[in-house]
Amino acid sequence: MGRGGWVRAALSSRSFMFGLILSLLFLGAALLSFFWTPFDVARLTISERLQLPSAMHWFGTDHFGRDIFSMIMVGARTSIAVALVAVGIGMVMGVPLGLAAAARAGRLLDEIIMRGNDLVFAFPALLIAIMITAVFGASAVNAIIAIGIFNIPVFARLTRGAALSLWKRDYVMSARVAGKGAARISAEHILPNIANLLIVQGTIQFSLGILAEAGLSYVGLGAQPPTPSWGRMLADAQTLISLAPHIAIFPGLAIVFTVLGLNLMGDGLRDLFDPRLRRARA
Amino acid sequence: MLRYTLKRLLSLALSLIVASVVIFVAIEVVPGDPASYMLGINAQPDTVAALREELGLNVGPFQRYVNWITGLVRGDFGTSYTYRTEVADMIGERLWISLPLALFALTMSTLIAFPAGILAATKRGSAWDVAVMGVTQLGVAIPNFWFAMLIVLVFAINLRWFSAGGFPGWDQGLAVGLKALLLPAISLALPQASILARVMRSALLDTLDEDFIRTARAKGLTRRQVLRRHALRNAMIPVLTIIGLQFSFLLAGAIIIENVFFLPGLGRLVFQSISQRDLIVVESVVMLLVFAVVVVNFAVDLAYAAVDPRLRSRG
Repeated sequence: MGRGGWVRAALSSRSFMFGLILSLLFLGAALLSFFWTPFDVARLTISERLQLPSAMHWFGTDHFGRDIFSMIMVGARTSIAVALVAVGIGMVMGVPLGLAAAARAGRLLDEIIMRGNDLVFAFPALLIAIMITAVFGASAVNAIIAIGIFNIPVFARLTRGAALSLWKRDYVMSARVAGKGAARISAEHILPNIANLLIVQGTIQFSLGILAEAGLSYVGLGAQPPTPSWGRMLADAQTLISLAPHIAIFPGLAIVFTVLGLNLMGDGLRDLFDPRLRRARA
Repeated sequence: MLRYTLKRLLSLALSLIVASVVIFVAIEVVPGDPASYMLGINAQPDTVAALREELGLNVGPFQRYVNWITGLVRGDFGTSYTYRTEVADMIGERLWISLPLALFALTMSTLIAFPAGILAATKRGSAWDVAVMGVTQLGVAIPNFWFAMLIVLVFAINLRWFSAGGFPGWDQGLAVGLKALLLPAISLALPQASILARVMRSALLDTLDEDFIRTARAKGLTRRQVLRRHALRNAMIPVLTIIGLQFSFLLAGAIIIENVFFLPGLGRLVFQSISQRDLIVVESVVMLLVFAVVVVNFAVDLAYAAVDPRLRSRG
């Protein structure tokens, strides 16, 4: 498919475009919040507390009179930063491990890496976060580490599986015959060919990371006040939900739309990269 | 099958040993002296010394690890510093909420996901398929604790059909207990059912494309017979894997959901222990959860070796 074909295919996929637009919207809101928000999220105006959505406060105000729309913009920053760095950790650690395991398939190194993976899988991100918090206290950094550790086996497994099938290809064989070492083959021939897969998985893990961050900060294991985060906003809203449902609804919708956008974008990317798979993603 | 089982058993034992070392090092070695950590910076030296004695910290880390493990094997999880009760008793009591909750949610998610996934796959491209895919796409994007808050708002606060939280105890009768766990289980099951329905659909679509399905149809079996005897059986392998993985997410997810509904389960116990710096409790609960996850995945491995003999030889 040529470059023009790519763009046409992307534009004609309604769900991909919808996902892309949603994702860009939240990214834009996060970036914009560094320079401008409708109201200052650090200023408490008790006299304006728990106001319903209005022309002035689009999403209403919370129990401290802060503008919820502005807080969601700033919260997007936290969510995106935590999830992005966590995906980065997973890729940077997981991909080389997967490449190494595939290069030494069936040998001791492969076995050690894969068993290690299984082991990390036994610790859901929340448990890792709980252990880290029990010892070091809660913070956004610890949330990143917990989600990041959980991402490592995901990428290691995916990389190994995809790389294994490439090692059997003719061009890899000829590279070996030409005397290239396993590390060089992995970097020059394997990695470029699995990059698409990694990008697709990256968007999926990114959306899972946003959900995980929201969950962790909801139970107080993530970003600490006064840093606004969507999970934290929901935790604050819980006791007030019967008085002012809107303070629980908008941050939740922000999470749903971001995750939905990323998932649709991931699905769309997969279809674009590999039209044969254009069917059902589980 | 025996060889395969033994090999898996060995790897199970190894996983548990490594996991226990990781947990022990993270919680007892990394913070330095657990006793002074638990008591905080204002503690008197003699109080710290007394706690060190009580926790058995006056021996080397290796001996402490061995003591901890032999204790766990005997069912002695140590004594909670804040509650002054046996950790094993506390866990046992709370397990009666967390475990039924996870199983309830798992059952519910399977009962929803199987028909939905099968319907979508067999009526591929139809309005049913589009509806299932749309709803599940939304289902995986909704954080379960937020969904929990919304159904509390509707069914507990506005309609008053359920209580907003808490647990009356199983001694009030099974129906009362299950009613208290219904909203939490629905919130836990929603994202899981969405994932499972999608897995079911795609696994079934894959097998329905296979040659043996066409052969089965050609020899005169009805669509329903082919589905039951051939397609579903083959689609079960990926589905079982996901169910196994989901169990661990349900247990972990229950930790958060228990907090939404103020259920006195393991999750609440962990958070209370963290805020009270009761490391002994945190350590044991985390180990227990990891143990559960590893054992369930072991059982799933065996289950699909039984379903698919080809997997046995691969080890």
